[in-house]
Order: sequence, then structure tokens, then C-alpha cells
Amino acid sequence: MVSKFKQGLDSDKFVVTSEVAPPKGTNIESMLHHVDLLKDKVDALNVTDHQSSVMRFPSIGGCLTIQERGGEPILQMTCRDRNRLALQAELLLAYTRGITNVLCLTGDAVPVGDHKEAKGVFDLDSVQLLSTIRQMESGKDLGGNDLDGAVEFCTGAIVTPEARPIEPQLIKFEKKVKAGAEFFQTQAIYDLDNFAKFMQYARQFPVKILAGIVLLSSARMAKYMTENVPGIFVPQYLIDELASAPKGEALSKGIEIAGRMIATLKKEAVCDGVHIMAIGREEVVPDILAVAGL
Amino acid sequence: MKSITKQKPFDEVKQQLDKLERIYIVGCGTCATMTRTGGREEVLDMKEHLQELGKLITGWTVIPTACDEMTEVAIGENDGAIHNANCILVMACALGVHRVSLYISKPVIPALDTLFIGIEESPGNFHEVCAQCGQCVLGETAGICPLTACHKGLLNGPCGGTDNGKCEVDKEKDCAWTLIYQRLEEQGRLDLMRKYHPPKNYQVTPRPKITKLVIDKE
Repeated sequence: MVSKFKQGLDSDKFVVTSEVAPPKGTNIESMLHHVDLLKDKVDALNVTDHQSSVMRFPSIGGCLTIQERGGEPILQMTCRDRNRLALQAELLLAYTRGITNVLCLTGDAVPVGDHKEAKGVFDLDSVQLLSTIRQMESGKDLGGNDLDGAVEFCTGAIVTPEARPIEPQLIKFEKKVKAGAEFFQTQAIYDLDNFAKFMQYARQFPVKILAGIVLLSSARMAKYMTENVPGIFVPQYLIDELASAPKGEALSKGIEIAGRMIATLKKEAVCDGVHIMAIGREEVVPDILAVAGL
Repeated sequence: MKSITKQKPFDEVKQQLDKLERIYIVGCGTCATMTRTGGREEVLDMKEHLQELGKLITGWTVIPTACDEMTEVAIGENDGAIHNANCILVMACALGVHRVSLYISKPVIPALDTLFIGIEESPGNFHEVCAQCGQCVLGETAGICPLTACHKGLLNGPCGGTDNGKCEVDKEKDCAWTLIYQRLEEQGRLDLMRKYHPPKNYQVTPRPKITKLVIDKE
């Protein structure tokens, strides 16, 4: 069974994904609202997995919700909180419920989150998780035992085109490709020239690349990200552009910047699609798409 | 090899010694002396602090190497003072605490927390370099253990949290995989970094780890 998202990746279509964040608690109203708002406007919706190591409603729960409401989910799975038994078990559950797109991540470190004393698991890493999925598809689990009913997934991973130094990241990127990644959603990119250089390199591999678009909501946020978030570089001209926006209009400017970048990536066929991360401002994703002409 | 320790907060020591009024103190002349957590000076400091609390110190000693079997002899030599105590406060690493408790049936209380087995990279700077996993990968990682030196123990390269050669959990900490990359590049052995490392075998020697030395006699 090939997922709708996978069909999109395999076509010439410019693929658009976005993400929803599950709630901290049982009030899922806001997540449902975002799912309903976005499910028909994008090709698939990622559900984050305890993003930034903050304990939340589970990714698989969010994916089931998307499924129930007729959307196309991408299950984000990190290796931080589950050992190889638990990861495989969750993949079995996901498959039986028709959730067949998986994004494999190592996961943020425990101390950056809100349960700083917890034990980080990292029994597997992202490359090994990708490889595990391929093994399960062959009908065997990681212990080499037969599965009664195999799985079939469209597997993805992430890459950081702005990492410094970039070479070790590219070696890992290639390992992920070899381990079976079919698509990549990148860390946020803002410097399109540098991204084009990365794409020139990435094009030699048989994978689809969706550029990560993180909405900049103010000059302050842009400055903070470029100074503090590993792998993110916001060029000064974008920070200046945000700062030049009239009071109260920085967010609109950020929407304009994001939409403009997406339009350029599409028009110049730089990559195969985009992954839009609005981080708490999911309601403006349709506005970004409108600016992008999508 | 050194067992790296830090002193427990005094309040925690106090709490452990609740209702234990007569105390014998044991220090260690090796690692805990070097890390200044359980040498002669620290033992005397502890003695003074406990006396201020009204505790009776029946005696004290600094055993040359608290974790080895000579500890039994040292304990025997101080039998009288130990006999007069309700408990033994050990200012050594957990190996020393364990060793002492083999020979004494009274409560043995740790005054230190054992942090890791490590080396002194430069005076006063101790680093954990081996996680004692039972399956050494140093030959493929330019002598830097990713299981130990990488916060997440990743075997297949750096995570996305690395920045400018530093780790996402602490900007003072080097990213192990950036170091490994640099050394392998210098050695012209980057092919090793491209190699896929399968999931780690965490049961090479299942816990608790025990091995028996087999000596062939000719």
C-alpha cells in the first residue's frame, strides 16, 4: 500500500508538508483545529514527538487523529524515549492503522526539555531506525525473528544544510540514504544560495528533499534563532527586513518572507517541496501558502 | 584509571547519619585523595564537621587503596575503634564502600558520589573516556569513544544539535563526532565514518558484569 504522500513524492508535484504539535494535556481542541485547518491544504502533516524533549500527547495519537479526520499523517519518531522493542512495537501499531509515513529522528537531548532528570534512551540512532524499518519490511524484527505480518513504510529523515562544519552531517546524510531514507525534511533554511549549493550535492542521490521553512515572527526571534539554534542561520538582510516592518506587522512580514521563499524554491525547481513549521502559529500556514501561490 | 568522585552535600551525609551517633571514618589514599574528596585532609574536615554536630568520632583511617583486598587488613588493625562505632562513613568511591562493607557488618555509609571512571586530561580536569561497554569501537573512531563522549552515545555520526564543534547540551563540551571526523580526516580514514554501525549489543556481558580470569598452566 503506497501512501498518498509517497505518491506525491514520486510524481513531479511540488510537495508541501506542515506540522502540528500535540498538546501538553488532554485538551486536544487546538490540535484538532489545526488538523482541520491544514489537512486539505498540504500533502501531509507531521506530528512532532515530544518536541524539544518536552513531554506531550504522543505523536502516534496525533497521527491517529489526522487519519480519523481524513488527513495524511507523517509519524515523527525519535530514539530518545523508546528502546528497540518499543520503537518496533509502535511501528506495528502505526502500520495496522494505516499510518505509513515515518520520519526517523535521533531526538533532542533530554536536558534541553522539561524532564531534565529523565534517562535518555538512544538504544538506536536515526540511521539504525531507518535500517530497522527496512528489516521489518523484509518480515523480520531486529532480533531476527519472523513477523506475522510485515510492514511497509515511506521513510524519511532530516538533514541540516547550514550545519557547521557541514562535512560530518553530509556523511550522516549519505548513511541515512543508504539505510533507506526516501525523503528528507531539512532544518530551517533561509540562505537560498547556500541551500542551492546543498541541493546541487543532494541531487546525486535518489531521494526527495523538502526544504524546511520556519516562520519568522519577529526580528528578535530571527536574531535569537540564528544566534542560539544549532544549524540555523538567518541572513542579516532578513532580520533587517523584519525589523523594518511597521509596529504590529512583523508577523505579516514573516509570512511574506516565508511565502516568497517557497515561491522561489518552486519556481526555480530548487528542491522537491517544502516542509512548513509555524511553531505555535499554525493558523497562518494557509496565509503563507497563499503568498507562495499554492 | 581513576574513580572520580564528588562529596555529597553535607546535609545528605547528615541525613544518612541520623540516629547514628558514633562514627568511624574511612578515607582512600588513591583516587579520592587525588580528587580531594576523601584524602587525609578531607577526612579530618569531615571529622570536625561531624563533631560540631555532636557526633562522636571513634577513629579514622585513610586506607592506601580502599577498593583492594588489603582493606581487610586495614580494617582488622582498627578493629577496636570500629567496634566502638555504630557505623562506618566511607570517603571513597563506591568501589571502596563496597569493599569495606564486605568486611564489616555495621552500616557502611557513603560520603561521596561516584561520578565516573576517567582520566586526568590536564591537572584538575577529569574526563570520562570509556563507558565500559564490552565491545570497543575505538579502532574505528580515531580513539574517541562516541558511546561515552557523545551525549547521546550515537554510533553513526553527529546529531543535528551540534554547532561549531560543540554539543547541544553544553556549549563548553566538544561534539565527539566533530572530533572523530577531524582526526579520521587527518588520518585519511574517513571511510570508517561512512561505515554503518548496527545497533549496539548491550548484552555482551549482561549486568551485573562478572568475568573470571582463566589462567592456563603449562
